[in-house]
Amino acid sequence: MRGRNAHWFYLAPALALLITFTYVPVGNMVWYSFHQWDGLDPVMEPAGLDNYVRVFTDERYWRVFLISLYYFVASFAQIAIALYFAVVLSFSTRFRNLFKGILFFPYLLNGVAVGFVFLYLFQPDGTLDSVLRLVGLGGHTQYWLGDPDVANISLAGTSVWRFTGLSFVLFLGAIQSIPGEIYEAADLDGANRWHQFRFIIAPGIRRIISLSFILAISGSLAVFEIPFIMTGGANGTRTFVIQAYETAFQFRQIGLASAMAVVLLLIVLLVTWIQRRLLPDEEVTLT
Amino acid sequence: MTHLARSAKYASLILASLVVLVPLVVVLFAAFKTHSEYTTSGPLTPPRNWLNFDNFATAWTNGNMLRGFWNTTVILVVSLTGTVAVGTLAAYAISRFSFRLKRLVLGSFLVAALVPGVTTQVATYQIVKSMGLVNTPWSAIVLFLGTDIVSIYIFIQFMESIPRSLDQAALIDGANRFTVYRRIILPLMRPAIATVVIIKGIAIYNEFYIPFLYLRSPDLNVISTALFRFKGPYGAQWETIAACTMIVILPTVVIFLLLQRFIYNGITEGATK
Repeated sequence: MRGRNAHWFYLAPALALLITFTYVPVGNMVWYSFHQWDGLDPVMEPAGLDNYVRVFTDERYWRVFLISLYYFVASFAQIAIALYFAVVLSFSTRFRNLFKGILFFPYLLNGVAVGFVFLYLFQPDGTLDSVLRLVGLGGHTQYWLGDPDVANISLAGTSVWRFTGLSFVLFLGAIQSIPGEIYEAADLDGANRWHQFRFIIAPGIRRIISLSFILAISGSLAVFEIPFIMTGGANGTRTFVIQAYETAFQFRQIGLASAMAVVLLLIVLLVTWIQRRLLPDEEVTLT
Repeated sequence: MTHLARSAKYASLILASLVVLVPLVVVLFAAFKTHSEYTTSGPLTPPRNWLNFDNFATAWTNGNMLRGFWNTTVILVVSLTGTVAVGTLAAYAISRFSFRLKRLVLGSFLVAALVPGVTTQVATYQIVKSMGLVNTPWSAIVLFLGTDIVSIYIFIQFMESIPRSLDQAALIDGANRFTVYRRIILPLMRPAIATVVIIKGIAIYNEFYIPFLYLRSPDLNVISTALFRFKGPYGAQWETIAACTMIVILPTVVIFLLLQRFIYNGITEGATK
């Protein structure tokens, strides 16, 4: 453990895991994507760009990108709701900790449990229908998960319910790191709450908001649990990851599934790159 | 603040709380109902008998929940211990040694953070399979260890705040580098370790995709997959599914009530650094 190369001793386990479970799979995935392979056969048939052509031309494969749009739009609602409550609860409010706890709690719940809770909620004559009748909106009951026009909205709503708490806590943490004297000074200058939000809070938490948008985009492309558990991808709710999962593990088309994954990875990298260009990260502290 | 604005604020908070709580409370109601009571009463009606634990008993035994909790605990403990060991060792090398490829190593951890785990799972599966780990708890353990970049970052960040003079004093006293790591750095890292254990622990307890893909045998069910397998055979018996859901949620509620403050801080630190 002495000597000039001692650092490798400490780094070895982390690097071995990083290479084996991140870099080698990415490399293999690109390799597979140019082949036809069932995952078992020792021989892989070269396929050129066939897999990519299929991803972009066969409706079954590109349609799943459109489904991401539901979740992407929903994440704007999520960010707006989280931001509103983070601002409200960073000023003195009665039962503040209780409200904080309630709003954050769904994020900690098991995804399968959340799926079941909402499966129960959206049942015909289930919780949602009963609540609607109770408040006099009985005419709006419908097949929340059975109707392809509505199902994705219901699922995206579930996703908002589940993840708003995370954005909320991130915003709350960022707002609290703004020094209190700034608000006091603003109060003395006669600024109202809207001014404080517009000129102090919003600029102060710009980084975390932009981080939330990246998470929203990559998150909405990678949606799996909620639709898989609740509808199994039926009624037009099949997302990218469900489609890739079925292609790879049920239909054993590893090459095609890999091509889908490569496309997804490129989109995520592109989005991150654009975000970095638009909002450069000024505080790079790591040496 | 005006009276109206204040009322609007509290109204919005109460409405949000209802939106969060009602879906959960109705499932709790259903868990205590008998089958005939479930079919005849509406979801918003509380159960007649709050001491009817039959559904919980059925769910617990038929769902093999004890095994699920046991498997989850084993995977959780081994993965978290491993993450802390692997992560702090790597952070120690990066923070305390100077070497030529440091930027490359650090960069390779950073770039890996951009690759979402779900995208590479098709290729990762082939690797785990070739190592003979599919259908053993080790598949989940190595994946929970290997995909974690955030914890290494938290460790590096925290280690930078520990003064180097401490290391130097110990080295002058004749300690070797590993003793410095073991006796000085690791004990001082406790807050960072707690952060990582909390955020990673929550993630592992709730993880579904990895156990679903790699732990196929019913003996290896973790709580997520144990709950998921209820869907088929109990599709029509919502009161049993509801009880099982509540069994899975209960530990989360308890942990949250006990560790609230640490969880908030852990999540904020984990995400922003």
